[in-house]
Order: sequence, then structure tokens, then C-alpha cells
Amino acid sequence: MKKLSKGARTDLLTYAGVIIAFIIVSVLKANGGLNRSQTGLLVPICCYIVMAVSLNLTVGILGDLSLGHAGFMSVGAFSGIITAMSLANVIPSAPVRLMLAMIVGAFFAAVIGFLIGIPVLRLTGDYLAIVTLAFGEIIKELITCLLVGVDSEGLHIIFNVSGSKTANDLNLLEGGKVIIKGAQGATGTKTIASFTAGFILIMITLVIVQNLIRSRQGRAIMAVRDNRIAAESVGINVTKYKMMAFVTSAALAGAAGALFGLNYSNLAATKFDFNTSILVLVFVVLGGLGNIWGSIIATVVLYILPEALRGFASYRMLIYAIVLIVVMLTTNNPVLKTWREELRSKFGKNKNKEAKDA
Amino acid sequence: MTEGSLKNMNPPGTWEAGTPPTIKVKKDPLVPVTRTSYLPERDADKTPILECIDLGITFGGLKAVDNFNVAIGRTEIAGLIGPNGAGKTTIFNLLTKVYQPTHGTILLDGKDIATMSTAQVNRAGIARTFQNIRLFHNQTVLDNVLIGLHNEMDYGMGSAILRLPGYWRAERIAKERAMEYLSLFHLDQHAMDLAGSLPYGAQRRLEIARALATNPSLLLLDEPAAGMNPSETAELMENIVKIRDTFHIAVLLIEHDMSLVMNICEGIVVLNFGRIICKGTPDEIRSNPAVIEAYLGRKGAKKL
Ligand SMILES: Nc1ncnc2c1ncn2[C@@H]1O[C@H](COP(=O)(O)OP(=O)(O)O)[C@@H](O)[C@H]1O
Ligand SMILES: [Mg+2]
Repeated sequence: MKKLSKGARTDLLTYAGVIIAFIIVSVLKANGGLNRSQTGLLVPICCYIVMAVSLNLTVGILGDLSLGHAGFMSVGAFSGIITAMSLANVIPSAPVRLMLAMIVGAFFAAVIGFLIGIPVLRLTGDYLAIVTLAFGEIIKELITCLLVGVDSEGLHIIFNVSGSKTANDLNLLEGGKVIIKGAQGATGTKTIASFTAGFILIMITLVIVQNLIRSRQGRAIMAVRDNRIAAESVGINVTKYKMMAFVTSAALAGAAGALFGLNYSNLAATKFDFNTSILVLVFVVLGGLGNIWGSIIATVVLYILPEALRGFASYRMLIYAIVLIVVMLTTNNPVLKTWREELRSKFGKNKNKEAKDA
Repeated sequence: MTEGSLKNMNPPGTWEAGTPPTIKVKKDPLVPVTRTSYLPERDADKTPILECIDLGITFGGLKAVDNFNVAIGRTEIAGLIGPNGAGKTTIFNLLTKVYQPTHGTILLDGKDIATMSTAQVNRAGIARTFQNIRLFHNQTVLDNVLIGLHNEMDYGMGSAILRLPGYWRAERIAKERAMEYLSLFHLDQHAMDLAGSLPYGAQRRLEIARALATNPSLLLLDEPAAGMNPSETAELMENIVKIRDTFHIAVLLIEHDMSLVMNICEGIVVLNFGRIICKGTPDEIRSNPAVIEAYLGRKGAKKL
């Protein structure tokens, strides 16, 4: 039998874990084992898992800090909502519309990621953090100015910079529908997102990210992270691979955004603010930089915990901040590091023995 | 070329007796010739692999390298020596475009590399190692060489994500070749270890293996013997000659170990304060009064 490398084994276990979790939750859901509020968490959790895994590609694998991941989610959400709503009469099948919405969301997020990447990814240093931070805030303001409606003539879009216009100025024909109402955001969205779609999106994300990591492209991306000068010296085009990682990460966030957007009938752009970006970053850091299954576990635990402990909900950001600081201190603590390595090597030896015995 | 194939399909083999190496090996043996011209005679009628013409760089008024003129034959082992701070590493950084020259021209195989980036220079044929080792420490020894083979594989991002046949084929061939590069340097046993966990000498060897994996025509070694014990140095010396004889490439090395330089280099350039004070064969360098005076001092003269 072919021997699997450690990395390939981890990948397979990650897929298996997600599939098993999906089956268990689906069975529970079908048998009424989940209450309404628990069921309501399923789609957002899927979205945040995709957010965390994709952000891990930028922060953990590429090694560049991004503080505006929610901005890409926002772009994906609103472009996805517009797509799904404007196709409501053309394509009756909700799953097909949902899929198209996610593709369009991913596309627009990717384009914007590319545009941001062109000036920033050539530079060395933490410029990406600053620029993505600004991007997240700017996109929020821009969408707040957006009025979008659809009628039999097609899409009507007003960019309401002065703030003086209202949905009436869209001049929709009879039977037309307002999709995005400025500061109120998307209203009256048909919620076509589903847990199954979330599961499929997670699986696609895992295939993309994990297969990318274990390819020549992924090795190049990690080489750039670990030693840029050495990577260049072996002929790796640094800007190209930074762009590849960053745009892929943005596209996946866009798809997650579209799914998220189509899970709520009302959604304002302020949902995708700096706090959301930081929240996802916390999932990534807690799960371990570059550790994909870690991102998944951290997202599930940290998303459910505050919901479970309703009373603590208002302290959520505070708890996250404290946990983040503690983790950063302990993971960089040399004493703990050597201790962990010792543990790991012991554990690894035992495992080898077992493999030989088997 | 079909996707998923390697640009150089021959696996390297090993250079132990009996099994002839197969990476880019030319059948005709190298004839040792007494050097009479500027380049080794066997290279004299061909374009030098490297030519520097009036190369120089200034750091805020300091002329770190000035008026550097050198030509290196296609299969020459050349040495670059000089006291600390003479500008040797700076020359490597100029040749690999880590620094942009303030003036002068670099011709690689007769072509000007002025507009190329560091990565492009590597793809054009220059590979290097670093004085202060720059490995991908947190990745495995094997992955370090696979990263060196990056441009020898040619499947795209789509093939990688969908794991098309081209991906599997290229990955399999690349792994085999990486292992062969590792076995050339006795590192195959450590293929799955983290590069950072290797002892110092092995890290230096891994850096050479990674550089060779990029299939260069000129290999730059920056103090390859630094930190090695005498037996490691002796082995390194053999390996450098083997590299040249196996791959038929040129090697330019910076080294303080005079026995290594004098034993294997065919041409030597001596640098002091950024300027060439002497170039010639080991014998010429040994007997040059300017070198003895300016660089080696009285103690050094005895060593030679
Ligand atoms: N990036 C830089 N900026 C300023 N000075 C530099 C830079 N790189 C090298 N130098 C200077 O150039 C001179 C040559 O350094 P180097 O090439 O490292 O010497 P060595 O011959 O020991 O390798 C030194 O005086 C060094 O300080
Ligand atoms: Mg130096």
C-alpha cells in the first residue's frame, strides 16, 4: 500500500472530520435534536469556517497580516444578494441561484483582492495590514451609499453619495423590488442559504486550500513566507505567489459572504466591520497559523461558546482579546515551545512504533 | 512539452562508483589543461558564462565594489578571496540582483541581466548559497529541495487544486529527483527532518543541493566551508569538483580556507576595499607581492 505523508494524512482526516460532523448534525436536525436557535447557527458557522480557513491562507500560509477580511465577505454578500434576487424570476431553482450568487460573490471579491494586491503585495513590510484595514472600512461606507433595485427592465443602481436619495429615486416599474436600501442594507432578501450548501462550500474551500498548500504553488508561497530572499534566489516570483494566495483567500471569503448574505432577510453593511475581521483573525490565531483543521475547530468552539453562554455575550470581544493575548504569549514562549516539542517527539515515536507493530 | 513533465527528465543518479550520474551529464570527459589564458583553456573558445564589466556599487558614498572586471569560463571553478568587508558578498548580491549595480554591466552567457529580477536571474542560470545560511528552516529537507525544483515543474494552479494527472506525474518525478540531489550530499536519510534541525555542516550542504536543483549554469557559493570541520571541508572540496565534473557548470566561490581555494580553484580574484588587487592562477596569486602585502600579511604568506 502507498504510504501517505504526514501532511496528506492530516488533510484526509480534516475532510473526514467535516463529513462526519455534517452527518451527525444533519441527523440531529432531522430528528428534531436541535432547537430553532441552534439550527439558526449552522449556516453562519459554515460561513465563518470558510472565512477562517481562507484567512489562514493569507495570514498563516502566506504570512501577511490582513485586517480587512470581512470586507471581502461584504463584497461577496452584497454582490451575491443582488445576483440571487435579480435572477429570482429567471432561475426558479434556489440551489442554482445560490450557487451562482456564490460564484459571483467570489468573483467580485477576487477582483477587488487583485486590485488591492497590485500596489501592496510588491512592498515588503506590514503594508497589507494597513491597506486591508482601510479597505474594510471604505467598503462598508460605500455599500451604505448603495441603492439597488430590480424590475422587468433590469437592475437599477444609484450611488447615493450625497445621502439625499431614497429608494423611490430608483424609479422601479410596477412589480419591481428594492434589493439594497443604503444604510439599511439588503432588505427583503429571500433566504435561500442552506446548511448543505454551507457544508459543500467548506469542502470546496478545503480542497482548494489544502491541495494548493501541497503543490509547487503552495511550497512557493510558504517559501516566500519563510525566507523571501532565499525564495527569490531559487527563481520564485514573489509577487505572483503572494497574489495567488491573497486573491484565492479573497475569493473564498466572497463566496462565504454570499452564503451568509442569503441567510438573512435583512443585512446591513455594518455587520462586516473591523470587529468581524478581528473575530475571524482570532479564530485563525487560536486554531494555529497555517493549521487548517485548527481554524475549523477554533471557529466552531469560539462561535458556539458565547452563544451557549448567553450571559457572557456582551463580553465576547473582551474574552476574545484576552484569549488572543494569552495564546500569543504562550505560543511564543520558548520554555513552553521546547516542552511542546518534547511532547510531540515522544508522541511521534510512539506512533511510529505502533505503525511498525501493525 | 506536456504538462506535468519535468524540463530535464533525466534523474540524477548518484556519483558513487559504478552508477554514472544522469542529470544533464555530457559524455565527453573534461581534459585537464594547463592554464595559459585568462579562462581555462577548455573554455577559452566559448562565451564566458559570466562577464562583469566595470561593475560597481556605492552605499551612501562608500564604494563597496568598484571597477570589478572578471570573466569566468563555462566549466571553471573560480575563487573570490579577500579580507572581511572587502565586498565579496556584495558582488554575489550584485550578480543575483539583490542589489542593483550603480554602474557597470553583468553578462550571463553573453546576455545582459540589467533588467532582470533576482528570480529571473536564477531562471537565467545563476544559483547561490548564502554566507549566513538561508534555508526554509520550518520545512522539511525534502521540501527545501522541492522548492529549488519549483521552476522545473510546470503544472498550473488548476492542476494543483484538481490534482490532475499532470500534478501527480510532476510531483512524483520531482520527489525522485529531489531525493537524488539529497543523496549526492548524503542527506537522503534526513529527507523528512526539518531543515532547521540539521547540524550546521549539513545545512550548508542542503543549501548547495537546493541551489543545484534549480539547474544553474553558474553556482555561487558564499563561504561554503565556514563552520565545517577539516574532514567536512575535505569532503566539500571533493563535492565541489564533482559538481563541476558532473553537471559541467561553472562555480564561483568565496572562501577563507586557503587550502580549499588553492587546491580546487583554477582562477582566483583577490579583492580588497572593493577593488581587485590581483587575479590569476593559484600559483600567480601565491607569488604576487601585492597579495602577500595587502591581504595576507606576513603570517598569511607563510600559510601559502
Ligand atoms: N546594504 C548595504 N548597505 C550599506 N553598506 C553595505 C551593504 N552591504 C554591504 N555593505 C558594505 O559593503 C562592504 C562589503 O561588505 P561585504 O560584501 O559583506 O564584505 P565581505 O567581503 O566580507 O563579504 C562592507 O563595508 C559593508 O558594510
Ligand atoms: Mg561576506
